[in-house]
Amino acid sequence: MAPPLLEVRDLRVEFPTRRGVLTALDGVSFAIEAGEVLGVVGESGAGKSMTGAAIIGLIEPPGRIAGGQILLEGRRIDDLPYERLRRIRGREIGAIFQDPLTTLNPLYTVGEQLEETMLTHLPIGREEARRRAVGWLERVGIPAAAQRIGSYPHEFSGGMRQRVVIALALCAEPKLVIADEPTTALDVSIQAQIIALLKGLTRERGTAVMLITHDMGVIAETADRVAVMYAGRIAEIGPVREVVKHPRHPYTAGLMASIPPLDRRVERLAQIEGAMPRLSEIPPGCAFHPRCPQAFDRCRRERPGLLDAGGTRAACWLHLDRAGRHA
Amino acid sequence: MRDGADPAAPMLEVEDLAKHFDVSRPLLHRLLSGEGRRILRAVDGVSFAIPKGTTLSLVGESGCGKSTVARLVVGLYTPTRGRVRFAGHDLHEARADAAQRRRMQMIFQDPYASLNPRWRVRDIIAEPIRAFGLVKGRAAERERVAELLTHVGLSPLDGEKYPHEFSGGQRQRISIARALSSSPEFLVCDEPTSALDVSVQAQILNLMKALQRELGLTYLFISHNLAVVRQVSDRVGVMYLGRLVELAPAETLFTAPRHPYTRALLDAVPDLGMTGRQRVPVGGEVPSPIAPPPGCAFHPRCPLADARCRAERPALLPAGEAVVACHAVEEGRDGAARREPAGALAPDAA
Repeated sequence: MAPPLLEVRDLRVEFPTRRGVLTALDGVSFAIEAGEVLGVVGESGAGKSMTGAAIIGLIEPPGRIAGGQILLEGRRIDDLPYERLRRIRGREIGAIFQDPLTTLNPLYTVGEQLEETMLTHLPIGREEARRRAVGWLERVGIPAAAQRIGSYPHEFSGGMRQRVVIALALCAEPKLVIADEPTTALDVSIQAQIIALLKGLTRERGTAVMLITHDMGVIAETADRVAVMYAGRIAEIGPVREVVKHPRHPYTAGLMASIPPLDRRVERLAQIEGAMPRLSEIPPGCAFHPRCPQAFDRCRRERPGLLDAGGTRAACWLHLDRAGRHA
Repeated sequence: MRDGADPAAPMLEVEDLAKHFDVSRPLLHRLLSGEGRRILRAVDGVSFAIPKGTTLSLVGESGCGKSTVARLVVGLYTPTRGRVRFAGHDLHEARADAAQRRRMQMIFQDPYASLNPRWRVRDIIAEPIRAFGLVKGRAAERERVAELLTHVGLSPLDGEKYPHEFSGGQRQRISIARALSSSPEFLVCDEPTSALDVSVQAQILNLMKALQRELGLTYLFISHNLAVVRQVSDRVGVMYLGRLVELAPAETLFTAPRHPYTRALLDAVPDLGMTGRQRVPVGGEVPSPIAPPPGCAFHPRCPLADARCRAERPALLPAGEAVVACHAVEEGRDGAARREPAGALAPDAA
């Protein structure tokens, strides 16, 4: 059997600080198949962006990968020298970030940026690159693409700019796209357009997508599977329908219940008491136990691994029975 | 002096409120290039009233003018046109009078930027108490601060700490405690939860609702998040390019939206229930408020637009329990389209 397109094994990211080493990611493991959209959700500081940054090799020093492996089509990429990784990034892994202005170079036209990216990564000439650049702008829904190719990023509106960023991330035909809050800076109407676009393009080309967002609504309609992160660990992972409708981990359940519904008014929203711990104060055992209404003795002592919870896998001792004795 | 105040008057009345910003290039540049003045009509003729003890929410996409309305209402901007009456008083007079001014406070979006990082939390919360001279003596002040901290779900001991020692949600609690410290009756809340994670958002929304019940507060709530608005509002105003396009009781607005823009907005929201369902995007983008389209500003994106919509600006007219600014609704042309998904909206109009 072919290895998954992306496999992350037991990933650990550490930040040495004056007061000691902080563990930002702790034992994160998951895989993404070709053509699949994996959603990654969690609250700020849960480690979702850190996971994306680790895969594309963009962890800000002094942060570093302290353990585990990242494999692209079965080949390790976490230990590659900078130059090799740089070539993979862009050619095989595309990235879309929240703020299109930080991704685009304000001094070059969007056409030049698209052409340059393709010339760097694809075996094509300038003519062909220009032709494809227009094609990409059309594909992401930019009207009058042939004229807009000579425009600078500041001449586009926010929604249009994010389309350019998507074109830029996809134009080298990567196998994997890491999209970190791609629609968070956009209004709902534009957000819907961008999501539809991203989904269509990936379906059409079999690109795998890791979609990082705090917006469960976006995940629910876009992702095939979803990983819920908490305090640098995966709390639950499974098919999006299962995780959203029948969450197995008490944290996921609390998270889902706290989302205000659009179709009715509730007198009081369900809330999880307290807040996610800081990296310097992660409790022993299950990181969620101080806030968990169902915590028992073992949760305070021993950290649960991802256990089979019937439909999803959850890092929660409540599911030990089903999972049998292996943990 | 303030005799004009009617006890039964709404907490806030806004009439034909407008705020225009001059965003022209410098004079020399205009002379050389022959360019005219450029006026951005951020808010252009908005009227509403908020009865005491209720919540009115303003929703819309970025640039629709909702935050500008919030700033006009608390007096951070001077209106270009129109009137704001607070508890029966002209806002200008009310702002000049400390006894009136303390009755109105604001909560901002960003709990990281709105708290002074060099002040202890107890000083942040006590500032309005001191400014208005509300309690006499250090001991009474300390007691009041402790009471406020407890009220918003923090510990009195937290008063000794600095803002950076708190998470985003706790900071927003501090902002709320500060806003409550002058015992206001009216709070303007500008996106109070949009910088917060969803589980923390639930805590803050629950707190705000509880405080409203206990203290009889009146809220003007500004948000782009329709699901949040549904949870907190008695009435909802939908803004587009500086104007209200629909104003209705919350239940009516969410169950039977009338304006094509309201329907499109509701349709565009991703919802958890719709796993696997394709969302229908609204076509196009909000046009520039510097050069808004003639007639109804929404017509380039509207599936119901006709010649009249392109030429004549619709007025807010009653339609059932709502008021709606739409020729199609007025003429009864919206009936058929109401059963269609708003995805019938014209594709990209840009």
